[in-house]
Amino acid sequence: MNKTVNQKAWWLVVPVLILVAFNAFIPLMTVVNYSFQETFGNNQFFWEGTTWFEQVLRSDRFHAALFRQLMFTGMIILIEVPLGIAVALTMPRKGPWVSVCLVLMALPLLIPWNVVGAMWNIFALPDIGLLGYSLNSMGIDYNFTQQPVSAWVTTLVMDIWHWTSLVVLLCYAGLSSIPDAYYQAARIDGASPWAIFRFIQLPKMNRVLTIAILLRFMDSFMIYTEPFVLTGGGPGNTTTFLSIDLVKMALGQFDLGPAAAMSLIYFLVVLLTCWGFYTVMTRNEEN
Amino acid sequence: MAKIEFKNVRHAYPAPSDQAPVYALEQVDQVWEDGGAYALLGPSGCGKTTLLNIISGLLTPSEGAVYFDDEEVTHLPTTERHIAQVFQFPVVYDTMTVYDNLAFPLRNRQVPEDQVRKRVEAIAEMLDLTNSLKNRASGLTADGKQKISLGRGLVRPDVKIIMFDEPLTVIDPHLKWLLRSKLKELHQQLGVTMIYVTHDQTEALTFADKVLVMLEGTIVQVGTPVELFMEPNHTFVGHFIGSPGMNVLPCEVKNGQVSYRSHLLETAHSHKQEMEGKLEIGVRPEFVRFDDAGIPVSIERIEDLGRFKIATVAHEGDVIKLLVPDEVKIPENSPKIMFDPERTHLYCNNWVVK
Amino acid sequence: MSRFKHAIVPTLYILFLMLPIYGLVSMSFKTTNEILGGFSFFPSNFTLENYIKIFTDPTWYNGYINSLIYVVINTVISVTVALPAAYAFSRYHFLGDKHLFFWLLTNRMAPPAVFALPFFQLYSAIELFDTHIAVALAHCLFNIPLAVWILEGFMSGVPKELDETAYLDGYSFSKFFLKIFIPTIAAGIGVTAFFCFMYSWVELLLAKTLTSVDAKPIAATMTRTASTSGYELGLLAAAGSLTIIPGAFVIYFVRNYIAKGFALGRV
Repeated sequence: MNKTVNQKAWWLVVPVLILVAFNAFIPLMTVVNYSFQETFGNNQFFWEGTTWFEQVLRSDRFHAALFRQLMFTGMIILIEVPLGIAVALTMPRKGPWVSVCLVLMALPLLIPWNVVGAMWNIFALPDIGLLGYSLNSMGIDYNFTQQPVSAWVTTLVMDIWHWTSLVVLLCYAGLSSIPDAYYQAARIDGASPWAIFRFIQLPKMNRVLTIAILLRFMDSFMIYTEPFVLTGGGPGNTTTFLSIDLVKMALGQFDLGPAAAMSLIYFLVVLLTCWGFYTVMTRNEEN
Repeated sequence: MAKIEFKNVRHAYPAPSDQAPVYALEQVDQVWEDGGAYALLGPSGCGKTTLLNIISGLLTPSEGAVYFDDEEVTHLPTTERHIAQVFQFPVVYDTMTVYDNLAFPLRNRQVPEDQVRKRVEAIAEMLDLTNSLKNRASGLTADGKQKISLGRGLVRPDVKIIMFDEPLTVIDPHLKWLLRSKLKELHQQLGVTMIYVTHDQTEALTFADKVLVMLEGTIVQVGTPVELFMEPNHTFVGHFIGSPGMNVLPCEVKNGQVSYRSHLLETAHSHKQEMEGKLEIGVRPEFVRFDDAGIPVSIERIEDLGRFKIATVAHEGDVIKLLVPDEVKIPENSPKIMFDPERTHLYCNNWVVK
Repeated sequence: MSRFKHAIVPTLYILFLMLPIYGLVSMSFKTTNEILGGFSFFPSNFTLENYIKIFTDPTWYNGYINSLIYVVINTVISVTVALPAAYAFSRYHFLGDKHLFFWLLTNRMAPPAVFALPFFQLYSAIELFDTHIAVALAHCLFNIPLAVWILEGFMSGVPKELDETAYLDGYSFSKFFLKIFIPTIAAGIGVTAFFCFMYSWVELLLAKTLTSVDAKPIAATMTRTASTSGYELGLLAAAGSLTIIPGAFVIYFVRNYIAKGFALGRV
């Protein structure tokens, strides 16, 4: 759409600007403030320069948490996106079942995150949970509170359970924007189901898939509540992702300096990745 | 290069089980001759697209049978019917080049790549697409995209029937004419059977050798453009074809005499038998003239269209239009009109009586 | 047959989604003794005790009321301020518009964990700690950018001729906006409200950090109970089951908009 230049439009943005800036600037400045100083309480601060940043960037603890985070985010995107596409492709397009499917599938998205964690905790309890009990009675040795692999897999499956529906809904929206004529033309052209997917459905889902991957990247990179309630980051540190580690450092150990430095690095990583995505996305749209 | 035949074909779309089915297509018995250029003309919702989809096999009719060259194809899948179809909105595969788009139907049928190349280049030449073969199909204008849709049908050597579902809807007016003459040219060159669906009479009449006029799921008349104009079978055909449409006026028949508002009239056919139902006469504006021996009218409006004028006159509340050649003067005092008896038809319940 | 085969994937997927929910709901109808006694698929001593406890104990049911209050306040604020801003982004170029838009989006990318402690200090300093409005305002951090983003997508789909015709007909900006434009994008506003409600309802970290007693959300009440009074799993399950209901309710109302809304808007 061709827009007109109008500086007065700023006035329309002012309320948003005030509210968001109030919530973003002041806390961010606080974080920046902490990240360059050392405090011993009583509002006494000492300039530390970039010490905290160097300390965090060199620490094994940060590397390990970042690695776990990247593994986790990578794995859930690799599983949730294809699974979401598959479910969206096989969903009914018309009729009463559409609403039923949509409502049931959207349900996990609207459950508070700690309830998701609690629900999976209850579900997976080895002795009394539906999943844990079933697995153990099938002869699989499963205990997510003690085995790192079990804990890791449970966290993954929980995230897939929680968020795949978002990918499904987005893909479904992309698919339902394809006119019938495309499918009819493809039938006349003798296209195989794979060719229909590759040349009609996938191109039409291109945009929503970019949004889906972007959202899943952002949200999984910030994940805190669900794994915290499910495993508390354990056993050991096996499911301690960046946010969990950060909260442990800031509130548990009250290491405000390193925590603040880590916050900024963390924020920067998310920001840079998203900026990359955003640029690619808008460039694709312009082409 | 195929003859199409419908025997007792009817179609109803699935309805809630507690309701009687509504037929989108009532009883159709029709033959489309091999190599003909046909147009299917009718208002939206008259069943044109349903009919088309039954020919292409995208729909299976609820009743009846479809034959191609005397071979039954009612349940044959679309891919095996040797047909191609161009849709209302251009369908192109956005991510492919023009070349790949044209090659797509052949590659799906495992045609060797060197033959694909020959075919695609020949068709591109025919459609004036040679220069854009390497471009992405998504960047083309609407008429270019429609050409690709058509081209995907033409590349297949097996195609015997090409169908067009209102293909010019999204094309700029000044390009419509170009594309239409291209279609005519291709029809003469290739000799395939073409069926063209439209609600625009100009498109139908300029494209087709034969026009099928449809209304509410029924074919009301099949004929050449001249036949539809001279002898409309149904008041709807009279209305829909021609501009302005046919005048339809109430009448009575007594003792073999047709009268309109107590003026005795002569019609193309004599009517001895008694008739039940709504009786009307139909006469086109082209066949009404000013004549002092006729029915007195009052003049409502005159539109001057250059080569002729359209006069709108009234008689006892009925509005009648007539086409007045430029050289004829419009009478100023007490105008009277006459209908051409050879071109005045009697209609009973909208159907012509002969 | 092929239709049946087609239905397998969605059916299995929905089954997978429903199993943990079933586990939670069935546990909420069990007595503590039965839960600790071992696994059972159906509650053998069906009891409503857990639910009765929640509906009679103010620390429990106030949690629900608190959550709903701040979620509704947040949704109203977010949509109200996002509407004019999204209009500005969708219709006009102005100095720094692109940077501003991206900056807004970056706030959607800010990990709540980063902001938890500073938020606590900020809202304590302005004496809003432990109020509904504090949580509602804090959630604006990610909900306003989201609302602007979605609404801008919807508004860009409305032809500009609509605005121009209205101005030519002598409408003032505010009259046009309220009387014509807002009804036109009603579906978009519905979808936006749905997402604001959703993200505010499911978020816990900030909500928990900014409250202690008076505005404590239900979700936080649950975590405390789980840790302090040991294994009251039945009660926990009942409280969890109840948190699913508002969400289900909201989805049911927007079910027809979901697919269309997703397609038209950005998210």
